[in-house]
Amino acid sequence: MNNRSRDLALNSLALAALAAFLYWAHTSFDGYKIQILNLIAVNAILALSLNLIYGFTGMFSLGHAGFMALGAYTSAILILPSAQKQMMWIIEPLIWPLSVMNAPFFVAVLAGGLVAAFFALLIAIPVLRLGGDYLGIATLGFSEIIRVVLTNLNFITNGALGIKGIPSYANLWWNYGWLLLTTFFIVRLINSNFGNVLKAIRDDEIAAKNMGINTFFYRVLSFTIGAFFAGVGGALLGSLVTTIDPMMFRFVLTFNILMITVTGGLGSISGSIIGSVVITVLLEWLRIVESPMTIGSFAIPGIPGMRMVIFSLALILIILFRREGIMGMRELSWDMLFSRGSRARNHDEEGEDRR
Amino acid sequence: MSGSLFVQHLFNAVTLGSLYGLIAIGYTMVYGILRLINFAHGEVFMLGAYFVFFGISLFHLPWGVAVIGSIAVSSLCGIFVDRIAYKPLRSAPRISALISAIGVSFLIQNLAIVIFGGIPRPVARPDWLVQVMKVGEVRIIPLAIVVPLVTLALVLGLLWIVYRTKPGLAMRAISKDIETTRLMGVSVNKIIAFTFGLGSALAAASGIMWALRYPQIQPFMGLVPGLKAFIAAVFGGIGSIQGAVIGGMLLGLIEIMAVAFFPQLSGYRDAFAFVLLIIILLLKPTGLMGEKLEDKI
Repeated sequence: MNNRSRDLALNSLALAALAAFLYWAHTSFDGYKIQILNLIAVNAILALSLNLIYGFTGMFSLGHAGFMALGAYTSAILILPSAQKQMMWIIEPLIWPLSVMNAPFFVAVLAGGLVAAFFALLIAIPVLRLGGDYLGIATLGFSEIIRVVLTNLNFITNGALGIKGIPSYANLWWNYGWLLLTTFFIVRLINSNFGNVLKAIRDDEIAAKNMGINTFFYRVLSFTIGAFFAGVGGALLGSLVTTIDPMMFRFVLTFNILMITVTGGLGSISGSIIGSVVITVLLEWLRIVESPMTIGSFAIPGIPGMRMVIFSLALILIILFRREGIMGMRELSWDMLFSRGSRARNHDEEGEDRR
Repeated sequence: MSGSLFVQHLFNAVTLGSLYGLIAIGYTMVYGILRLINFAHGEVFMLGAYFVFFGISLFHLPWGVAVIGSIAVSSLCGIFVDRIAYKPLRSAPRISALISAIGVSFLIQNLAIVIFGGIPRPVARPDWLVQVMKVGEVRIIPLAIVVPLVTLALVLGLLWIVYRTKPGLAMRAISKDIETTRLMGVSVNKIIAFTFGLGSALAAASGIMWALRYPQIQPFMGLVPGLKAFIAAVFGGIGSIQGAVIGGMLLGLIEIMAVAFFPQLSGYRDAFAFVLLIIILLLKPTGLMGEKLEDKI
């Protein structure tokens, strides 16, 4: 059996294992654990999209929260029943075509991604002429502008009150389905010639230009595709938490995604997925330090803010001492697993590279 | 709009602009030397405000001592941040240092929540600073005159240091060419620490005056003014101290006057600076007074 068909067989097996695991989780896990599994999938989609923009194309973008907000609002408005929309927009009623528009969940998520991609394209053309840290600040500025506009456009977004009671369609199947789709798409993209061009731009833009590559075109395209998946992630997140408001999409959200991508390894797809598992579980686990506990007869009050202290300290330590993250630029693949001897891994169904 | 109301708005704008300008100086000096956006700069601004008011309410220090003490401790914090989080990354890609800076910013904000508490605290202001004076039709508080005057004094002092002293000469040399300066026998790391100290002191001064002007302090108070001040620094031309002050003033004017003339825009106030940033970066990325930065191949 050659490697190709072996990989195909193993991939199908891994998919089946993932499906079985999800089915098991779906039937026997409690709601909190299922929520964490869902968050892992959504965070992985977001980390993959940031990795495409920053890890593979080298554009330091801090605009993810803005794209997520666009996706979340678009899909929320599309999946809310019309009657509910009439009741919720109390400051100003929702404007006409939106107030009666409805779409199935898949279409709504897709629309969320497309709206995010559209705005990404709009700002990409001016902003992507910048490089490095200026690009980071400009995209952060864009994300803040989105938030301010969302707070003020009462007749579309219900202003600061936000949207409540979004139908919670985003279950394990939808989230992992979208994660598989995203992973598949980005893996194919990265391994194509298009991906080689992106990596060439990342490694040396001037050299890439000298090879006759229209680097601006490729940068815009990579940014737009990344924003599309950020919008998809935002749409899924909105349906997962069922309540969205402009305060949810502050800079700290982008910070979390950046943390996942850096931890997993910039320029590694399997790294983003592993990073998402590690960081999502860590963030949930760290809630312990903020809740009151008793050890023996000592009562320790919860310390609000401690979670983010540990979290940001972890990011600084990673940047200082292990800049390449968990995976660096390497990928987890069947070849690698076999050459190292088939070591059992806890998370291999989420982690492997489906090439 | 009546003339007296306009003058009142003008005072507000100059006050706000001074505060932005003081923060912007720290950004522009550090960027000029290290090409690093010191994301944690806004947090030093916040710490400056907290230190003063804890000094007064917990240790019952007199005002003057609390202010001087807070500025001193804040500049030590700035130096400490550089030493721990940026210095090990001098030879790393520039974005790594920026990510580290973002991490430090979140770390300080959340440490402030842990230590000082997340609830906004009211600030007790000395009466003589806030008693309303009437000059003709114009009603202003003394603070609106004190803040620009203090800012002017601080900026003149800084310009004296940068253009008339040895460490200032070394700072300017490093911003031109760090390697050559090192070869000239300047201890570059000490000068960089000195720069962080100066910038942080000005940010702390700005934070203290901010807390007097808008009498409430909370751990996140540095984030938005910090970002806006960075934009002011870009507007004025990154690397130029005079540019940072002018950029800060113009940003203050734009924010106050746009809302004064078009009250329906007040909800969008926090977006002005970012729109301005995108426009500047497109039309004149080097800012008003900036030198052209060439990418070295």
